[in-house]
Amino acid sequence: MKHDNPTPANEAATSRSGRRGFLAAAAAGLTGIALAPGVRLIEIAQAAPAGAALSAGASSKVRWGMLIDSNQCSADCKACVTACNSENGLSGGTLPTDSQWIRKLEIKEVRSGRKQYLPMMCQHCAEPPCVDVCPTGASFKRADGIVLVDRHRCIGCRYCLMACPYKARSFVHAPVTHQKPDAPRGMGTAEACNLCVNRVDRGEQPACVAACTASGHAAFLFGDLNDPSSEIAKRIASYPTRQIRENLNLDTGVRYLGI
Amino acid sequence: MAGRSTPRLGIVSSLCWLVLLLAAIPAAWAQAAQASSSRALQPVIETARGGQCVADPAFMRRNHMKLLMHQRDDTLRGGIRTGKHSLKACIACHASQSSQSVTAEPSNFCQSCHNYAAVKIDCFECHANTPANSAAQPQVKP
Repeated sequence: MKHDNPTPANEAATSRSGRRGFLAAAAAGLTGIALAPGVRLIEIAQAAPAGAALSAGASSKVRWGMLIDSNQCSADCKACVTACNSENGLSGGTLPTDSQWIRKLEIKEVRSGRKQYLPMMCQHCAEPPCVDVCPTGASFKRADGIVLVDRHRCIGCRYCLMACPYKARSFVHAPVTHQKPDAPRGMGTAEACNLCVNRVDRGEQPACVAACTASGHAAFLFGDLNDPSSEIAKRIASYPTRQIRENLNLDTGVRYLGI
Repeated sequence: MAGRSTPRLGIVSSLCWLVLLLAAIPAAWAQAAQASSSRALQPVIETARGGQCVADPAFMRRNHMKLLMHQRDDTLRGGIRTGKHSLKACIACHASQSSQSVTAEPSNFCQSCHNYAAVKIDCFECHANTPANSAAQPQVKP
């Protein structure tokens, strides 16, 4: 008798399981809904904005990075530095008060005297110290991994200059004129390599990469680190590449080969 | 007798005054109108290089700063570069034919109106004040 009469608790349990079953079926149906044969909403949302980057904006499915082959970087070439300066309207001066978004370094093995060269710029860390320390939120990382300064919010405290282990940030000390329309920069703000974000958004390569390729050295390789089929991801998977100051666990977007 | 003529004189003189006053008011208005058109400071609105603005001029006068502020965050932080309210597009159209700039001279588009409204423009401390294709032109700051 008692077993035939469902208790309120029993009833609730059966109805709950029924509801749960319905929800599960509904969810399964929703994810499988096809907009057109072979096209699903989830695939559109996750599509890498390779060609259609313009309208979609920065996507977190992409992580832009660079692989620099130090063996290809020659002693007498400064194509990347001059290209950066002309692209972004920098003076090209090397005084402590001049902005340098990219520098060419010489590393020398003390005992043998062997010299090696490599370009050094903002490493576009996944865990950027400049972003951690910024008191106003001006220093930020875009969804696609590019680390930028929002000059509208920068108060010029220079904390990021201190925090960066790569000395990649510069401070603008004097009023600036003749800015490039695509590279606004002004006195009292911090700045660094922006991975030529305006060119990347247009689907082009950064100026330094294009210049290095044009000079015939091809030391730079630019691409999406998240895409396993990209050339940069393949090379990182098959060659021993290095991050500078790996011990800081910053997961840099710029990797080096041959150092 | 004298007592009776005084009020009549008073009425006549007050009527005269009224007529004079009525005659004087339109003249004063006309003078005031003339003064506001010729002597008061007005912004110089230089003609743009052509085409249609993204919105009605009256709306743009009130709201251009809000449109620019909204789009700058989308562009810089989100990487969305398709919006139609970009500062670059404003400058490309409104740069003066003579100075190639929107702020180099007091009569230039942004500068003249901001002078009139007594609002300082900060944009061009960082942003270029000339269009992209006029790199060779002088970019003199006020």
